[in-house]
Formats: sequence, structure tokens, C-alpha cells
Amino acid sequence: MTAEANDPRLSIAAGGTASFRPLLEWLARRAEPVAIGLVAILIGLALFSLFILAIGKSPVTLFQLMYTGGFGSWFSIQNSLSRAAPLLLTALCVALPARLGLVIIGAEGAVVLGGVAAAASAIPFVGIVPPIVLFVFMAIAAMVVGGIWIGFAGFLRHYRGVNETISSLLLAYIAIALMNQFVEGLLRDPASLNKPSTKPLPKEYMLGHIPGMDVHWGLVIGVLACILSWVLIEITSFGFAARIAGGNVRAAQIQGLPVGKLIVGFTAIAGGFAGLAGMIEVAAVQGSANASLAAGYGYTGILVAFLARHNPLAIIPVAILLGGIAASGGLIQRRMGLPDATVLVLQGTLFIVILFCETFYGRFKIFNPDLWKRS
Amino acid sequence: MEDTGIGLWGVPLAIFAGAIRVSTPFIFVSLGETITERSGRINLGLEGTLVFGAMTAYAVAVMTGSPTLGVLAAMATGAIFGTIHGWICKWPKVNDIAIGIAMMQFGLGLAFFLGKSFIQPVAPKLPSIPLGGWSATLQVQAALNINVLFFIGAALALFLWWAFRNTRIGLTLRVVGDSTDAARAMGINPDRVRLLATAVGGSLAAIGGAYLSLYYPGSWNEGISSGQGLMAVALVIFARWNPIGCFLAALLFGGAGALGPALQSVGVTQGYYLFYAAPYVLTLIILIATSSPTRSLAGAPGALSLTK
Repeated sequence: MTAEANDPRLSIAAGGTASFRPLLEWLARRAEPVAIGLVAILIGLALFSLFILAIGKSPVTLFQLMYTGGFGSWFSIQNSLSRAAPLLLTALCVALPARLGLVIIGAEGAVVLGGVAAAASAIPFVGIVPPIVLFVFMAIAAMVVGGIWIGFAGFLRHYRGVNETISSLLLAYIAIALMNQFVEGLLRDPASLNKPSTKPLPKEYMLGHIPGMDVHWGLVIGVLACILSWVLIEITSFGFAARIAGGNVRAAQIQGLPVGKLIVGFTAIAGGFAGLAGMIEVAAVQGSANASLAAGYGYTGILVAFLARHNPLAIIPVAILLGGIAASGGLIQRRMGLPDATVLVLQGTLFIVILFCETFYGRFKIFNPDLWKRS
Repeated sequence: MEDTGIGLWGVPLAIFAGAIRVSTPFIFVSLGETITERSGRINLGLEGTLVFGAMTAYAVAVMTGSPTLGVLAAMATGAIFGTIHGWICKWPKVNDIAIGIAMMQFGLGLAFFLGKSFIQPVAPKLPSIPLGGWSATLQVQAALNINVLFFIGAALALFLWWAFRNTRIGLTLRVVGDSTDAARAMGINPDRVRLLATAVGGSLAAIGGAYLSLYYPGSWNEGISSGQGLMAVALVIFARWNPIGCFLAALLFGGAGALGPALQSVGVTQGYYLFYAAPYVLTLIILIATSSPTRSLAGAPGALSLTK
């Protein structure tokens, strides 16, 4: 908000002094997504408040509870961070292909199959290798399977012209059916009666907590993945080529860029991250692969990625924010007697308003230094 | 396994009955999506519309005791959802696919939120027509007990197929769908046509939802839909944007979906979950087989973002 508020005064006051101009131009360009994003969130919250008012509850109480439940205490902050961990990775599964102009919405499939692959690869090695080696095995298995799953959607897109949005979604449904098949059949632990699961990991083979916090290592892995993805997109030539292809496929092809390899590569990396989210669910939370893997992280990740405008670094705060909103669901349910779907309504409202506000980009002179008056 | 009297013949009969029962929501959702896509826009949010329609129909039927009123109320809410989608998408730089995903999340959330108190009560069901009275076998009678909405859907498919080529509205819709510029040159407002097409599409999708909650499976809960609204998008591509094709494809999908339960009823329990995946695998195979990287799909509306 500060950037937005400061810009007009600065641009008028300092418009003439040449030395500040580059800094101001840089600020103005950076301020546009922040300002529009914040305004969009405010509009979304306002609409949601109207809805809450309409059903006769107090939006003020709701937002207070949301803050208390999400960020009000060290306990709730840790809860929010734990919930943010898988979202970081599933959001990357949407954001990376989006930089190439692809809309992938099937991260859920890579999450569940990644979880199954991680659990299956762990079974023969438990008690033989040290935990850290086991985690590496599990992570590799999960990333390979997730990468193949989403990479296949990218492959179909480029080499067969199949729309990646539809194919990734179909693949997600197929993946959930496959997971159920594995968990109830081949990989089922006979001891799991009510809830079919794979053989649970022993306690010493669970991915532990970050020292001093009640948050598992998945958060660190997720944050690292976001930073790595940012480096990949913004700094490496691979990422540069992908951004060109995302801007204009024809231009990229004329330049001789390997568009097909870029698409398959980026979708495979994206799927690998989503698969890793499944591995973390298994190794840090569930202890085994079961139907709880399909908890909707893949779908919330879409919202996170769009909110962050597919910028890997922006994904980190957005995922924590949405993790906090999700964490407060239980408290809202208990204190206000509202259904747990309240959080879904809020998410949906925010999502629609934020996408709608895309239309405001480039409409405001203040964010476009090329249109500033030269004095 | 009990003795069914008709033995293994129960499998094709169950698939036939299942195809008709399961296909009805597909018919309505895919016809709705066809109308929207023929206008050059794609609504990926029909899943949310469908579930919200299911909830509305059930709630209204519980409160008024009339399933017909439930269906009408569902249609109204579906039209509202479609209108919102259509209005937002007319703005520049707004991505219709992404808005669809957002509308889906919103519709699902709102349906679960408002429908929480309707999970317990029992709503009256939609009437069905018993066509199996001539047979003494119970299974045949049950299989031929067909819901009114199935026939309405079939008639609607025929009507739309005729209307797309023979009526002024149908031709306007197709012009807008094939070229925004040509439509503007003719003095048609493309945004308005698309908004109306999305609204009509939404109300049809909501009928599909009403069928789910008021007939088969005939209850309201949060898992009422198994992705019919999303699969409709693929189904429409498979049907090449042809209403009669949609009807046939819906039957095929219904049959594929009925395969698992039908086999289970005769004692095949292995690979149970894989049969649930059959419709999705089928759609994917069809998409792979019919798409091409060098040309857009045959029969696709020219202004549709999906096939570019």
C-alpha cells in the first residue's frame, strides 16, 4: 500500500530530477501488481463481508477470528505455516507452466501419485538405510512420477495439440482412481481396516520438525523450491527462453528455441514439485499413502499461483496467507456456527475478483512511466 | 451373489440402464456447454453451477415439496452463475478459462455452505415413466423405469441441432462464435450474445445437477458430483460441438460409468476403482486421437480460446 500511496507525490515532485527517475520508474512498474492485487483483495473481502452480513453474522467477528485462528498466536502461526507447505509446491505446479502460457490445473493428480510413489519406494528400505537416505529415495520417486504425470500433459499439448487444461484435469481424476486402486489393492497394509492405507512409516523414519518449531521440514523444502524456481525463471537462460516462448510461441520458434523441450521440461519440473508435495504429506503428516492425499491442495494451489501472478517468490507470502485462512476454518466453525465451507466461499470470491482485476493492468497512467509527462 | 434370474444377462442390462440413468446429467451439462462454446466462449465453471443447482433443487424441493419447482429454481441459479461468468469475461485481459476455475470453486463453496442444513432431510423425487410394464422380470422393469428429464434432454438435443442451422438465434450464435469481427460488422453485440449463451448454458447445467440430487443418486451431499461438469467440457469436444453428438457421447459416458458397478454386482471386485476411471481414460484417448498440433479441431468455433 505504501508504494501506491507514495507514487503520485513522488512522481510530481521528483519528475524533473533526472537522477531519481530510473528508481521511480522501477518502483512504478513494481507497484502496479502490488496495488492492483491489494485493491482486488479489499474488494473481495468487502463482497464476502456483504455475504456474511446477508446471512446475519458479523464480518468483523469473522475477520477477527480469521486473524486469531491464522496468525493470532505462535501456535496458530505454526499451524498456518504447516498448511502453507504443500501449497507452495502445488502453486509452483501451476505457476511454472503458466510462464509458458499453459494453464495446468491437475496438480492434484501429481500430488496423490507422488505420495503413492513415495510410500511404495519407502517400504523395501525401511530399517535398512538411514532415514535421510530414505527421504532422498522417496523424494526422487515422488518427483519422477509427478514429473511424468504433468509432463505428459505438456507433451500432449505440444506434440498432439491436446488442450493442457483439460488433459491435466482428466489425468488428475485418473490419478486419484489409480491411487485408490493401489492403496486398496497391491499396496494395502492388511492392518489398516477402516481406512485403507499403505504400510505406515515407523516414527524414526518420519520427516521431523524444524528445530524450535512445530512445523515440519516441508515448509523449508517448499520455500527452497520457490526460490529455485525464481532463479530458474528469472536468471537462467532456460527460464529466459521459456518466458519468450510464453510471450510469443511463433517468435520463439523463429528464434530457433526448442519450444517442445521447454514445454515438456517446465511441465515435468512443475509436476515434480507437486509430486514432492505428496511425498511430504506421506513422510511428514500421514505416515502412509491413503485417500487423505486428495485433500484439495492441488486445487488451492491454482488460487495461490494466480494470486501471486505466477511469480515464484510472491507464492511464499500468498501461500502462508491462504494457509492461515484455511487454519482458521475450525475456529470459525466452533465460535460462529458457520460451516467449514465458509473458507471455500471466501477463497472463491477472492479468486474471481482477483482474476477480474487483471483487466485493470495498463489502465493507470501512474504505473506506466512511458506515459509520464516529461518536464 | 444372489440368483438374479437372468444371470449374466444382468451385466448388459445394467450397463444399458446405467447408461440412461448416468447419462442424463451429462446430456444437460454438455448441451449447455455446447451453446456457450458455440458462442466462442468456454465456461469451465459448470461443475460449480451443477453442484449449486443440485443443492438449490434439493433445498427447494424439501421446502416446497415440489421437485418441479426445485428444477426451476436450479435453472434460475444456473442462469445467474452463467450471467456472472459472461459479464466478467467481457472485460479485456480476463481469461475465460481461469474465471471458469474460479467460478467452480466459488459455486462449490457456496453450495456446501448453504446446503449444509439440507444433508439430512429427504426431498421428493422427480417422476419417472415405467416403460417396462410388459416384462415380468424385475430387473427389466427397473431398467426401463426412465426419468422424464432423459426424454426432455433427448428432445432438447434434437431441437438444438435443428435450431443451430435453421433459426435466426442459432445463426447469430454461430457467427459470434466463429468470428467476433464478422459479428461486429453485422451489427451484433458479441458480448451480449456470449453473456446470454453462458446464462442459458448455466441454467441447463443446473438441470443436470437437479437430476443428480432429485433422481439419481437422489440425495444431497458434498460428493454428489463426480466431475460431470468438468467432463462435459471434454465431452463437447468429443461430440464436435454437435448437440446430437453430445447426446450420443453422454450415453457412451454413462455406459462407461455404469461398467464398474454393473460388473461389481455380478461379483467382479478386482480393479473396481479402475472402472471408475473409465470415462476419464476414454475422454483422454479420444482427445489424443482427434487432436492435431497443426490444425484446430474440425467443427470448432473459430473464436474459441480452447482450441487455439
